[in-house]
Amino acid sequence: MIKYLLTFLVLAGLIWLSVPLITEFTTSEGLNNISSEYVQLSAEKLNIPNTVTAIVVTFRGLDTLGEVTVLFLATAGVGFFLKRKDSEKQKKRPGSEILKTGSGILTPMIIVLGVYIFVHGHLTPGGGFQGGVVIASAFLLLILAYENFKFSHLLIHISESISGFTYVLIGLAGLAILGFNHFLDPRWLGLGEWGKLFSAGAVPIIYSLIGIKVGAEMSSLLDSMRDEGGHE
Amino acid sequence: MLNLVIIILLSIISLSAAIYAVRAKKLVNAVVASGVISLMASIVFLVLGAPDVAMTEASIGSGLTTVVFLYALKQIKSKGEKDDD
Repeated sequence: MIKYLLTFLVLAGLIWLSVPLITEFTTSEGLNNISSEYVQLSAEKLNIPNTVTAIVVTFRGLDTLGEVTVLFLATAGVGFFLKRKDSEKQKKRPGSEILKTGSGILTPMIIVLGVYIFVHGHLTPGGGFQGGVVIASAFLLLILAYENFKFSHLLIHISESISGFTYVLIGLAGLAILGFNHFLDPRWLGLGEWGKLFSAGAVPIIYSLIGIKVGAEMSSLLDSMRDEGGHE
Repeated sequence: MLNLVIIILLSIISLSAAIYAVRAKKLVNAVVASGVISLMASIVFLVLGAPDVAMTEASIGSGLTTVVFLYALKQIKSKGEKDDD
Protein backbone atom coordinates (compact mmCIF):
# COMPACT_ATOMS: atom_id res chain seq x y z
CA MET A 1 0.00 0.00 0.00
CA ILE A 2 2.78 2.39 0.97
CA LYS A 3 4.47 1.51 -2.32
CA TYR A 4 1.45 2.67 -4.31
CA LEU A 5 1.28 5.85 -2.26
CA LEU A 6 4.93 6.59 -2.98
CA THR A 7 4.46 5.93 -6.68
CA PHE A 8 1.47 8.24 -6.70
CA LEU A 9 3.44 10.95 -4.89
CA VAL A 10 6.35 10.70 -7.35
CA LEU A 11 3.98 10.87 -10.31
CA ALA A 12 2.16 13.86 -8.83
CA GLY A 13 5.50 15.58 -8.27
CA LEU A 14 6.52 14.98 -11.86
CA ILE A 15 3.25 16.41 -13.11
CA TRP A 16 3.65 19.41 -10.84
CA LEU A 17 7.16 19.95 -12.21
CA SER A 18 5.96 19.88 -15.79
CA VAL A 19 3.01 22.24 -15.32
CA PRO A 20 5.14 25.35 -16.10
CA LEU A 21 6.11 23.75 -19.39
CA ILE A 22 2.50 24.09 -20.49
CA THR A 23 1.38 27.24 -18.72
CA GLU A 24 4.44 29.33 -19.49
CA PHE A 25 4.95 28.09 -23.02
CA THR A 26 5.29 30.77 -25.64
CA THR A 27 6.06 30.32 -29.29
CA SER A 28 9.18 32.26 -30.12
CA GLU A 29 8.61 34.94 -32.73
CA GLY A 30 12.12 34.97 -34.14
CA LEU A 31 15.56 33.50 -33.76
CA ASN A 32 17.40 34.24 -30.57
CA ASN A 33 20.87 35.78 -30.55
CA ILE A 34 22.94 32.63 -30.93
CA SER A 35 20.69 31.17 -33.62
CA SER A 36 20.69 34.29 -35.76
CA GLU A 37 24.46 34.46 -35.39
CA TYR A 38 24.79 30.87 -36.59
CA VAL A 39 22.44 31.39 -39.53
CA GLN A 40 24.30 34.51 -40.60
CA LEU A 41 27.78 33.04 -40.17
CA SER A 42 27.00 29.78 -41.95
CA ALA A 43 25.80 31.68 -45.01
CA GLU A 44 28.43 34.42 -45.05
CA LYS A 45 31.60 32.83 -43.77
CA LEU A 46 31.16 29.18 -44.66
CA ASN A 47 28.97 29.24 -47.77
CA ILE A 48 26.75 26.43 -46.48
CA PRO A 49 23.00 26.54 -47.27
CA ASN A 50 22.13 23.88 -44.68
CA THR A 51 22.69 25.58 -41.33
CA VAL A 52 22.35 22.34 -39.38
CA THR A 53 25.35 20.89 -41.19
CA ALA A 54 27.28 24.10 -40.61
CA ILE A 55 26.67 23.79 -36.87
CA VAL A 56 27.31 20.05 -36.65
CA VAL A 57 30.48 19.93 -38.74
CA THR A 58 32.02 23.32 -38.11
CA PHE A 59 30.82 25.28 -35.11
CA ARG A 60 30.35 22.15 -33.03
CA GLY A 61 32.90 20.05 -34.90
CA LEU A 62 34.65 18.89 -31.76
CA ASP A 63 31.37 17.47 -30.46
CA THR A 64 30.92 15.56 -33.71
CA LEU A 65 34.43 14.16 -33.41
CA GLY A 66 33.56 12.99 -29.91
CA GLU A 67 30.30 11.52 -31.15
CA VAL A 68 32.07 9.54 -33.84
CA THR A 69 34.51 8.28 -31.20
CA VAL A 70 31.67 7.20 -28.93
CA LEU A 71 30.05 5.35 -31.81
CA PHE A 72 33.34 3.64 -32.61
CA LEU A 73 33.77 2.57 -28.98
CA ALA A 74 30.22 1.23 -28.83
CA THR A 75 30.71 -0.82 -31.98
CA ALA A 76 34.08 -2.08 -30.79
CA GLY A 77 32.49 -3.12 -27.50
CA VAL A 78 29.72 -5.03 -29.24
CA GLY A 79 32.22 -6.71 -31.53
CA PHE A 80 34.41 -7.63 -28.56
CA PHE A 81 31.70 -9.12 -26.40
CA LEU A 82 29.78 -10.86 -29.13
CA LYS A 83 32.67 -12.83 -30.49
CA ARG A 84 32.13 -14.36 -33.87
CA LYS A 85 31.82 -18.09 -33.67
CA ASP A 86 32.71 -19.99 -36.76
CA SER A 87 29.40 -21.21 -37.94
CA GLU A 88 29.24 -24.96 -37.56
CA LYS A 89 26.38 -25.20 -40.02
CA GLN A 90 23.82 -23.43 -37.95
CA LYS A 91 20.32 -23.84 -39.17
CA LYS A 92 19.23 -20.55 -40.65
CA ARG A 93 16.01 -20.05 -42.41
CA PRO A 94 16.57 -18.98 -46.03
CA GLY A 95 14.93 -15.76 -47.13
CA SER A 96 11.83 -15.98 -49.25
CA GLU A 97 11.84 -15.56 -53.01
CA ILE A 98 10.13 -12.17 -52.78
CA LEU A 99 12.71 -10.88 -50.34
CA LYS A 100 15.60 -12.13 -52.48
CA THR A 101 14.27 -10.59 -55.70
CA GLY A 102 13.34 -7.36 -53.97
CA SER A 103 16.70 -7.02 -52.27
CA GLY A 104 18.46 -7.47 -55.59
CA ILE A 105 16.64 -4.46 -56.99
CA LEU A 106 16.54 -2.33 -53.85
CA THR A 107 20.05 -2.70 -52.42
CA PRO A 108 21.90 -0.65 -55.07
CA MET A 109 19.22 2.04 -54.91
CA ILE A 110 19.42 2.28 -51.12
CA ILE A 111 23.21 2.51 -51.23
CA VAL A 112 23.05 5.26 -53.84
CA LEU A 113 20.49 7.11 -51.71
CA GLY A 114 22.77 6.85 -48.69
CA VAL A 115 25.75 8.15 -50.66
CA TYR A 116 23.58 10.98 -52.00
CA ILE A 117 22.48 11.91 -48.49
CA PHE A 118 25.98 12.22 -47.09
CA VAL A 119 27.63 13.77 -50.14
CA HIS A 120 24.95 16.47 -50.27
CA GLY A 121 24.99 16.98 -46.52
CA HIS A 122 25.87 20.65 -46.82
CA LEU A 123 23.13 21.37 -49.38
CA THR A 124 20.11 19.28 -48.44
CA PRO A 125 18.82 17.88 -45.15
CA GLY A 126 20.72 14.92 -43.83
CA GLY A 127 24.38 14.19 -43.54
CA GLY A 128 26.98 11.65 -42.59
CA PHE A 129 25.12 9.97 -39.79
CA GLN A 130 21.84 9.62 -41.67
CA GLY A 131 23.51 8.48 -44.89
CA GLY A 132 25.65 5.97 -43.03
CA VAL A 133 22.63 4.42 -41.36
CA VAL A 134 20.82 4.23 -44.70
CA ILE A 135 23.79 2.33 -46.16
CA ALA A 136 23.77 0.01 -43.15
CA SER A 137 20.08 -0.68 -43.80
CA ALA A 138 20.99 -1.86 -47.31
CA PHE A 139 23.41 -4.36 -45.77
CA LEU A 140 20.69 -5.37 -43.32
CA LEU A 141 18.44 -6.17 -46.28
CA LEU A 142 21.17 -8.39 -47.75
CA ILE A 143 21.70 -10.10 -44.40
CA LEU A 144 17.98 -10.82 -44.11
CA ALA A 145 17.63 -12.05 -47.67
CA TYR A 146 20.66 -14.32 -47.96
CA GLU A 147 21.21 -16.47 -44.89
CA ASN A 148 24.88 -17.11 -45.69
CA PHE A 149 25.71 -13.58 -46.75
CA LYS A 150 29.17 -12.52 -45.63
CA PHE A 151 30.98 -9.32 -46.28
CA SER A 152 34.66 -8.71 -45.95
CA HIS A 153 35.48 -7.66 -42.43
CA LEU A 154 38.92 -6.56 -43.51
CA LEU A 155 37.38 -4.10 -45.97
CA ILE A 156 35.05 -2.74 -43.29
CA HIS A 157 37.86 -2.31 -40.77
CA ILE A 158 40.13 -0.65 -43.30
CA SER A 159 37.49 1.79 -44.56
CA GLU A 160 36.46 2.62 -41.01
CA SER A 161 40.00 3.24 -39.79
CA ILE A 162 41.06 5.25 -42.83
CA SER A 163 37.97 7.48 -42.75
CA GLY A 164 38.35 8.17 -39.04
CA PHE A 165 42.04 8.90 -39.41
CA THR A 166 41.48 11.19 -42.39
CA TYR A 167 38.80 13.08 -40.48
CA VAL A 168 41.30 13.92 -37.75
CA LEU A 169 43.92 14.77 -40.38
CA ILE A 170 41.54 17.24 -42.05
CA GLY A 171 40.91 18.82 -38.68
CA LEU A 172 44.66 19.11 -38.11
CA ALA A 173 45.09 20.58 -41.60
CA GLY A 174 42.89 23.48 -40.52
CA LEU A 175 45.15 23.87 -37.50
CA ALA A 176 48.28 23.79 -39.63
CA ILE A 177 47.18 26.02 -42.50
CA LEU A 178 44.91 28.58 -40.87
CA GLY A 179 46.82 28.76 -37.62
CA PHE A 180 46.00 28.39 -33.96
CA ASN A 181 42.34 28.20 -32.91
CA HIS A 182 41.24 26.73 -36.25
CA PHE A 183 41.02 23.02 -35.45
CA LEU A 184 38.34 21.42 -37.67
CA ASP A 185 37.93 24.67 -39.58
CA PRO A 186 36.95 23.61 -43.14
CA ARG A 187 37.91 26.90 -44.76
CA TRP A 188 41.43 25.84 -45.70
CA LEU A 189 39.91 24.43 -48.86
CA GLY A 190 38.28 26.92 -51.20
CA LEU A 191 34.73 27.91 -50.34
CA GLY A 192 33.55 27.58 -53.93
CA GLU A 193 30.25 28.72 -55.33
CA TRP A 194 27.06 28.94 -53.27
CA GLY A 195 24.94 25.80 -53.57
CA LYS A 196 27.38 23.79 -55.70
CA LEU A 197 28.44 20.27 -54.74
CA PHE A 198 32.11 21.18 -54.42
CA SER A 199 31.76 24.13 -52.12
CA ALA A 200 31.91 24.98 -48.44
CA GLY A 201 35.54 23.99 -48.02
CA ALA A 202 36.20 20.60 -46.49
CA VAL A 203 32.66 20.06 -45.20
CA PRO A 204 31.53 17.60 -47.93
CA ILE A 205 34.74 15.61 -47.46
CA ILE A 206 34.32 15.48 -43.70
CA TYR A 207 30.67 14.45 -43.97
CA SER A 208 31.46 11.78 -46.57
CA LEU A 209 34.13 10.35 -44.28
CA ILE A 210 31.67 10.35 -41.39
CA GLY A 211 29.11 8.63 -43.63
CA ILE A 212 31.53 5.88 -44.64
CA LYS A 213 32.61 5.42 -41.04
CA VAL A 214 29.08 5.23 -39.65
CA GLY A 215 27.95 2.90 -42.44
CA ALA A 216 30.87 0.53 -41.84
CA GLU A 217 30.37 0.57 -38.08
CA MET A 218 26.63 -0.05 -38.25
CA SER A 219 27.07 -2.85 -40.78
CA SER A 220 29.66 -4.60 -38.65
CA LEU A 221 27.44 -4.16 -35.59
CA LEU A 222 24.50 -5.77 -37.37
CA ASP A 223 26.74 -8.55 -38.63
CA SER A 224 28.11 -9.39 -35.21
CA MET A 225 24.60 -9.35 -33.73
CA ARG A 226 23.46 -11.70 -36.49
CA ASP A 227 26.30 -14.17 -36.06
CA GLU A 228 25.82 -14.46 -32.34
CA GLY A 229 22.09 -15.13 -32.48
CA GLY A 230 20.47 -18.42 -33.32
CA HIS A 231 23.22 -20.59 -31.93
CA GLU A 232 22.85 -23.87 -30.02
CA MET B 1 -4.02 24.73 -37.96
CA LEU B 2 -3.64 21.64 -40.11
CA ASN B 3 -0.21 21.10 -38.62
CA LEU B 4 -1.69 21.18 -35.14
CA VAL B 5 -4.29 18.56 -36.05
CA ILE B 6 -1.61 16.32 -37.57
CA ILE B 7 0.61 16.68 -34.52
CA ILE B 8 -2.22 15.87 -32.12
CA LEU B 9 -3.20 12.84 -34.19
CA LEU B 10 0.40 11.56 -34.28
CA SER B 11 0.75 12.14 -30.55
CA ILE B 12 -2.36 10.10 -29.86
CA ILE B 13 -1.05 7.26 -32.03
CA SER B 14 2.36 7.28 -30.37
CA LEU B 15 0.86 7.47 -26.87
CA SER B 16 -1.36 4.48 -27.54
CA ALA B 17 1.60 2.63 -29.07
CA ALA B 18 3.60 3.39 -25.92
CA ILE B 19 0.85 2.07 -23.66
CA TYR B 20 0.53 -1.01 -25.86
CA ALA B 21 4.30 -1.56 -25.74
CA VAL B 22 4.15 -1.67 -21.95
CA ARG B 23 1.05 -3.83 -21.75
CA ALA B 24 1.73 -6.23 -24.62
CA LYS B 25 1.99 -9.91 -23.76
CA LYS B 26 4.40 -10.73 -26.59
CA LEU B 27 7.78 -9.03 -26.51
CA VAL B 28 8.00 -8.89 -30.30
CA ASN B 29 4.84 -6.80 -30.42
CA ALA B 30 6.27 -4.48 -27.79
CA VAL B 31 9.44 -3.98 -29.86
CA VAL B 32 7.45 -3.19 -32.99
CA ALA B 33 5.22 -0.80 -31.04
CA SER B 34 8.28 1.08 -29.78
CA GLY B 35 9.41 1.33 -33.40
CA VAL B 36 6.04 2.89 -34.24
CA ILE B 37 6.62 5.54 -31.55
CA SER B 38 9.89 6.57 -33.21
CA LEU B 39 8.24 6.68 -36.62
CA MET B 40 5.47 8.97 -35.35
CA ALA B 41 8.05 11.15 -33.61
CA SER B 42 9.97 11.48 -36.86
CA ILE B 43 6.83 12.62 -38.70
CA VAL B 44 6.23 15.17 -35.95
CA PHE B 45 9.78 16.47 -36.43
CA LEU B 46 9.15 16.73 -40.16
CA VAL B 47 5.92 18.66 -39.63
CA LEU B 48 7.68 20.99 -37.19
CA GLY B 49 10.30 21.73 -39.83
CA ALA B 50 13.32 19.73 -38.70
CA PRO B 51 14.03 17.32 -41.58
CA ASP B 52 17.55 16.51 -40.35
CA VAL B 53 16.31 15.27 -37.01
CA ALA B 54 13.41 13.50 -38.69
CA MET B 55 15.79 11.53 -40.90
CA THR B 56 17.92 10.52 -37.94
CA GLU B 57 14.90 9.49 -35.91
CA ALA B 58 13.35 7.50 -38.75
CA SER B 59 16.52 5.63 -39.68
CA ILE B 60 18.03 5.03 -36.25
CA GLY B 61 15.02 5.11 -33.94
CA SER B 62 12.55 3.11 -35.91
CA GLY B 63 14.92 1.19 -38.18
CA LEU B 64 18.16 0.12 -36.56
CA THR B 65 17.02 0.10 -32.93
CA THR B 66 14.11 -2.17 -33.73
CA VAL B 67 16.36 -4.57 -35.60
CA VAL B 68 18.94 -4.64 -32.81
CA PHE B 69 16.17 -5.27 -30.26
CA LEU B 70 14.79 -8.10 -32.38
CA TYR B 71 18.22 -9.70 -32.71
CA ALA B 72 18.75 -9.41 -28.96
CA LEU B 73 15.33 -10.96 -28.37
CA LYS B 74 16.14 -13.85 -30.67
CA GLN B 75 19.42 -14.38 -28.85
CA ILE B 76 17.75 -14.41 -25.44
CA LYS B 77 15.23 -16.93 -26.67
CA SER B 78 17.79 -19.26 -28.20
CA LYS B 79 20.04 -19.13 -25.12
CA GLY B 80 17.59 -18.97 -22.26
CA GLU B 81 14.89 -21.28 -21.07
CA LYS B 82 11.80 -22.04 -23.08
CA ASP B 83 9.75 -18.98 -22.31
CA ASP B 84 6.46 -18.46 -23.97
CA ASP B 85 6.47 -14.69 -24.15
